[in-house]
Amino acid sequence: MSFIPWRAVRNGVNNTNTVTDMQQLALFIRKEFIHVLRDRRTLLILFGMPVMQILIFGFALSNEVKNARLVVVDHGRDLATAALIARLDASRYFEVEQVALSPPALEATFRRGEVKVAVVFPARFYEQWQHGRDVAVQVIADASDPNTATTLTQYVSAIVYDHATEQREAQALPYGLRVETRMLYNPQLEGAPNYVPGVMALVLMLVCVMMTAVSIVREKETGTLEVLLVSPFRPVLVIVAKAVPYLILSLVNVGTILVLSTTVLHVPVQGNVLLLLAESILFITTCLALGIFISVQTSSQQVAMLISLMGMLLPTILFSGFMFPIENMPVPLQVIAHAVPAKWYYIIVKAIMIKGLGIAAVWKETLVLAGMTAGWLFISVKRFNIRLA
Amino acid sequence: MLYFLLQKEFRQIFRNRTILAVVLVMPLIQLIVLPLAADYEVKNINLCIVDNDRSPEAQRLTQQLTASGYFRLTGYTASYPEALALLEADRADVVLTLPQDFERGLMRDGGQTLSLAVNAINGVKAGLGAAYITTILQTYNNAVRVQWVQPDRFPATPVLKVAPVYWYNPFLNYRVFMVPGVLAVLVTMIGGFLSALNIVQEKEVGTIEQINVSPVRKHYFILGKLLPFWVLGNVVFTLGLLVARVVYGIVPMGSMPLLYGFVTLYLLAILGLGLLISTYCETQQQAMLITFFFMMVFILLGGLFTPLDSMPAWARAVAYCSPVTHLIAVMRMIILKGSTLHDVLPAAGIVAAMALVLNTWAIVHYRKTS
Amino acid sequence: MEQPIIQADKLTKRFGDFVATDAITFDVARGEIFGFLGANGAGKTTAMRMLCGLSTPSSGRAHVAGFDVATHPEDVKQNIGYMSQKFSLYENLTVAENITFFGGIYGLRNPVLRDKREQLLARLELEHAADKRVGSLPLGWKQKLAFSVAILHDPKIVFLDEPTGGVDPFTRRQFWNLLYSAAGQGITVFVTTHYMDEAEYCHRVSIMVDGRMAALDTPRRLKETYGAASMDDVFYTLARGAQRGE
Repeated sequence: MSFIPWRAVRNGVNNTNTVTDMQQLALFIRKEFIHVLRDRRTLLILFGMPVMQILIFGFALSNEVKNARLVVVDHGRDLATAALIARLDASRYFEVEQVALSPPALEATFRRGEVKVAVVFPARFYEQWQHGRDVAVQVIADASDPNTATTLTQYVSAIVYDHATEQREAQALPYGLRVETRMLYNPQLEGAPNYVPGVMALVLMLVCVMMTAVSIVREKETGTLEVLLVSPFRPVLVIVAKAVPYLILSLVNVGTILVLSTTVLHVPVQGNVLLLLAESILFITTCLALGIFISVQTSSQQVAMLISLMGMLLPTILFSGFMFPIENMPVPLQVIAHAVPAKWYYIIVKAIMIKGLGIAAVWKETLVLAGMTAGWLFISVKRFNIRLA
Repeated sequence: MLYFLLQKEFRQIFRNRTILAVVLVMPLIQLIVLPLAADYEVKNINLCIVDNDRSPEAQRLTQQLTASGYFRLTGYTASYPEALALLEADRADVVLTLPQDFERGLMRDGGQTLSLAVNAINGVKAGLGAAYITTILQTYNNAVRVQWVQPDRFPATPVLKVAPVYWYNPFLNYRVFMVPGVLAVLVTMIGGFLSALNIVQEKEVGTIEQINVSPVRKHYFILGKLLPFWVLGNVVFTLGLLVARVVYGIVPMGSMPLLYGFVTLYLLAILGLGLLISTYCETQQQAMLITFFFMMVFILLGGLFTPLDSMPAWARAVAYCSPVTHLIAVMRMIILKGSTLHDVLPAAGIVAAMALVLNTWAIVHYRKTS
Repeated sequence: MEQPIIQADKLTKRFGDFVATDAITFDVARGEIFGFLGANGAGKTTAMRMLCGLSTPSSGRAHVAGFDVATHPEDVKQNIGYMSQKFSLYENLTVAENITFFGGIYGLRNPVLRDKREQLLARLELEHAADKRVGSLPLGWKQKLAFSVAILHDPKIVFLDEPTGGVDPFTRRQFWNLLYSAAGQGITVFVTTHYMDEAEYCHRVSIMVDGRMAALDTPRRLKETYGAASMDDVFYTLARGAQRGE
């Protein structure tokens, strides 16, 4: 296939009709939109996904423990233990259940998973304490879940120590050291401010990478891509037209998430909304470039889906830092995390949306993201053109 | 009849290199990367100290904080705005400010207040970080008293101690917790996705017509689809158990037959779900997206990352309707705690009921005749 | 007189307001090659799917191999073979594996199954390709194989839905030789086609227009009735009046 006659044909079209490139592009984009909007089931899931994720992350997922069942085995049965038990029961963390369990019976309740923490008071607790001897409260925690175990023991310790301090304060000790704590950005220690930026990264990744890749590969499979490519229309514009509906779909999703976050989760955008949108468009472009790259490399829908899922989505969840702290990971994984675009976007969104900072605080991350985007776009377009030649 | 259906399905599975690769490689990658990455343990908290005092006492306190192992001193400044900038740039998680007359105030005026600013975007980390600081300050405070207080003026106060005992995982190893959960997710993903895509693929290619026009009974057809993935699920599970043993040294505490028995039962439920989805879909893309949606909800709410107890009632209700929740719970019970049949019987009952409902639904909804 | 192997009586299928097949009535005798013609969208495939028990009639009745298709579709399926428009053997199984599978689900067992497989491969001269993936065969071979697999279990009737789409005339001729030999063994052949030369090979031909059966007779008599030189002309005369297109 030579280049010149093709050009001539194209010019011919342009001469006879006054259809400009822009109008052609608009026509093309309209066709792509119709495609996307026609598959109701897919559309429902694409729009339902962010809503579901916001609900789950915002309300359901938290490491905070409320009203956990606490079994008390009280061998002391005196004034001091009664006061401590009352205090434990009064806290919002625990619902105390007093039982006289033998050690094997206690073990059995742990094994059935009915209870995660137990407090054991030794015999003659108050007596020892009164006589100025050190006493210990034993806290048994089910450490098969180490997180919950440490959290629960921390709560029990805090309550016990508080109680002890209060007892002592009657004696007015000198050299007291007090701490005034201010929780910045999130005084109630809610989970949502941490998750909302993460959900944004996750949803954009899903819609842009997976859907773009699969929809282009599907046209490859059915052969319609060939038809488009032989039309008098620049190949790059074919790809642009494919990407635009997903860009708009993604912006709708960003809007949905921001509205839900403000109204339902009470996590409003503290910084500049326009800046946030601009950064989102940058990230969406990165994802679209990745999607196009995958679609150029693969020829079957199943493979495209697998690569998007395993190669893109999983790293986003793992390495963006919103579910798991990156600083805890082994060094090789931290290096991988740097290469994940979602990580940078997550930092940017957190800074603008939660901390209310401006571009001055995120210009470095923005540059990294922009560099990645330019790189992927360049590689994708280049690959695409090679395929055509 | 069933024999031929099974023979065909097995041949197709072994011939599809992509599926085989996924089945063999996914357990390895997931089991090795996930537990390493998914470490929630709060440590390495970045601490910045604003020291306006620069006294020996201030340095002693700083020393005690950094020696605790929870904190990493990433800033030591003399101005709060500078520290706040570090906090904004995510280079500091907590900022502790020591006032100008820290030492003098503590010794002369009999008391001192420190201010602590915490980046609380990650609520859990913030809460624990603040708790650690408070505990260390308390210890420091006690030491100061012991040092300066004349013993005769105050009677020695007895110490009330809390002695934690961590059962099943005395070293609070986070990986021990994650591995059984990841194993559960693995079995779920393999079973769910493969079975959901399978019938749809026959629909897309058109081979399903050829089956529909034959006298094959539909429960045989569904069974023929179910059994190979059921075997595959067990193979993946075995592989996962081996990886857990070799890489993490995790050996199930409970009985192996019980473990396999439960996984076997569970696979019936999750495969039933996949088959049900595939009878409702026309294209593989649809099946993939719908399965992905269910998997995401199930896995997030399944108690893998955050405990069920901290979920609101509606989320817990959803979680109980998901077989994944029960598998994650039972895996941890049997592998880590050595729970017995009696302990897991309620969960087994629920999963068995799910398996029955989902598979019956799939068979009823799959129509040979339109 | 022998019972007809297929009896359709006012067989109708509606999809909402659309009547795909409108009260068609006809008989097919044992061992006949019965051509089922019609333009695209005329209702051929719908009618055939009802006769195979894949689709339940909205009204009317049909008996295939003595069984009512509405009430006993599974008994019908035991007695028929089917080859659909879409090529429907498993592309990632080998030739031998496909034969084993489809023979197996129709209840054939070794050693009968093994003998049948050997005969089939020999007849198609495919012995050398027994262990090749079906996906790698040329289309013509695939279609011959699909037909042979469809009659492996000696059905009373075999239904073919546009079996020869996209293959060259020479392969089509070979394919029709297979149909004649099957008919010679007493298997009734019920075939839809777009090729009018193929219509000439049929014992009897019916032509559907807009869901109704517009004509039914031997090719020769049809040409006489419509004063046409070829089946092409007959078809053109009838199909011209059609309301429904693609």
